[in-house]
Amino acid sequence: MIKIIELFRSFNGHQVLNGIDLEVPAGKITVVIGKSGAGKSVLLKHIAGLLKPDQGRILIDGLDFTRARGRELQAIKKRFGVLFQGGALFDSLTVLENVAFPLREKTSLAEGEILSRARQRLAQVNLPPEVESNYPDEVSGGMKKRVALARALVQEPEIVLFDEPVTGLDPPMMNTVFHLITKTHQESGYTGMVVSHDIPAVFQIAHYVAMLHHGRIVACGTPAEIQQNPDPVVQGFLRGEIDFQET
Amino acid sequence: MTALLRRFGHFFLSLAQETGRAMLFLFAALAQAFVPPYRFRRLWQEIYFIGCKSLLIIFLTAAFTGMVLALQGYYTLRKYGSESALGSVVALSLIRELGPVLAALMVSGRAGSAITAEIGIMRITEQLDAMDTMAVNPLQYVVMPKLLAGIISVPLLTAIFNVVGILGGFLVGVLLLGVSSGSYFSGMTQSVVSLDVNGGFVKSLVFGLTIMLVACYHGYFTERGAEGVSYATTRTVVVSAILVLAWDYVLTSFFM
Repeated sequence: MIKIIELFRSFNGHQVLNGIDLEVPAGKITVVIGKSGAGKSVLLKHIAGLLKPDQGRILIDGLDFTRARGRELQAIKKRFGVLFQGGALFDSLTVLENVAFPLREKTSLAEGEILSRARQRLAQVNLPPEVESNYPDEVSGGMKKRVALARALVQEPEIVLFDEPVTGLDPPMMNTVFHLITKTHQESGYTGMVVSHDIPAVFQIAHYVAMLHHGRIVACGTPAEIQQNPDPVVQGFLRGEIDFQET
Repeated sequence: MTALLRRFGHFFLSLAQETGRAMLFLFAALAQAFVPPYRFRRLWQEIYFIGCKSLLIIFLTAAFTGMVLALQGYYTLRKYGSESALGSVVALSLIRELGPVLAALMVSGRAGSAITAEIGIMRITEQLDAMDTMAVNPLQYVVMPKLLAGIISVPLLTAIFNVVGILGGFLVGVLLLGVSSGSYFSGMTQSVVSLDVNGGFVKSLVFGLTIMLVACYHGYFTERGAEGVSYATTRTVVVSAILVLAWDYVLTSFFM
């Protein structure tokens, strides 16, 4: 389980995370929703260990990730897989090499086994074998997301973080990616945390939903509970109301 | 007046802060050379990119530099009837000054800017972050091999520059202007001492490290998308050129 306690972070005097408290249950998918600029990606980067908070703690099964150093930090990071918003595929490596990269770097598996596992993951996300020798800029946006998903899952992580997994995709591809997240979650049983503003589509993969507003979690519950939440901020976001203060 | 002083103060404080950050970056990256897994394959790839792929530009620059030196040197020396010293003039100019400096400037323009752009794009497209989340240290995988490759490649390129430059001088001085081949080479062997060669070697080592540090540092801390990459790339070329020339003065005065 991931437990976030009183997390604060500011950039150049601008408070982005303003005391976040959140629990992400083990083996479930928790979706964090909120407007653009609400701090969703910043929160995710803190959980991935890419940013350090000004204050607060992130506990991974009781281990304080924010204070971990050296080998302890590396050991915690090995438990994560991250799907970045733009895929973050290494453009000098082919699709297959991208998926094989974490195994080559962090395991002592034989080359044949590495390639076999990478191909299995590519098949799991419905990518045909023909694309494996292509470079990332030779495949479509949807394929890139699927390659990135395969790479995030190749080490069989316990926790997978998804940063805006369907942003920029057309509706059929959005549903494909959501279907793949659900499918891989059912097969692997990882703890998932998804950051997204694609409402209501993202509810189809969520076990729990938390809403981030002005750097704080203002609502948390099952998708049904969130949809019935009386908070005007939550309802305004779900209905896509125009925020005249920001226009 | 107070505003001017404040501006100067702010500038020097920023400079000190940036230098400190660059030094910490350098030590953190070099320390990764001693942490397994050892990146010999990555190092080889970078030596190929920085060294082998710079050969053509080094050959061309060196040949023309040697030819111009011979031409200029010949007409100056002829006034004093010392054409036979042409070999010494060309060799000493190249080995002590022009070889290390021009080779470094060429590597900076070709490889340094490309390295900043490469790392900068990796930064803005979150490839470095992705590496970090896989528990692969980007300083070890991306930066350290480039730093070491710079330290290895630039002295070798400088040696090639010197040899090609001397041959370029030979072409113009001996074959075109009629200086005797014997005096061209014998003057050279008499006047060039090990201190000259060692000085040039130390300079090229320092220049290699400086160029790669500037290139990797600017790429690694790129911000603000494509515009940031463009800014970082330009800054790399300008800052490394200034630092190479400044280091050249410091090291020359040290070896004099």
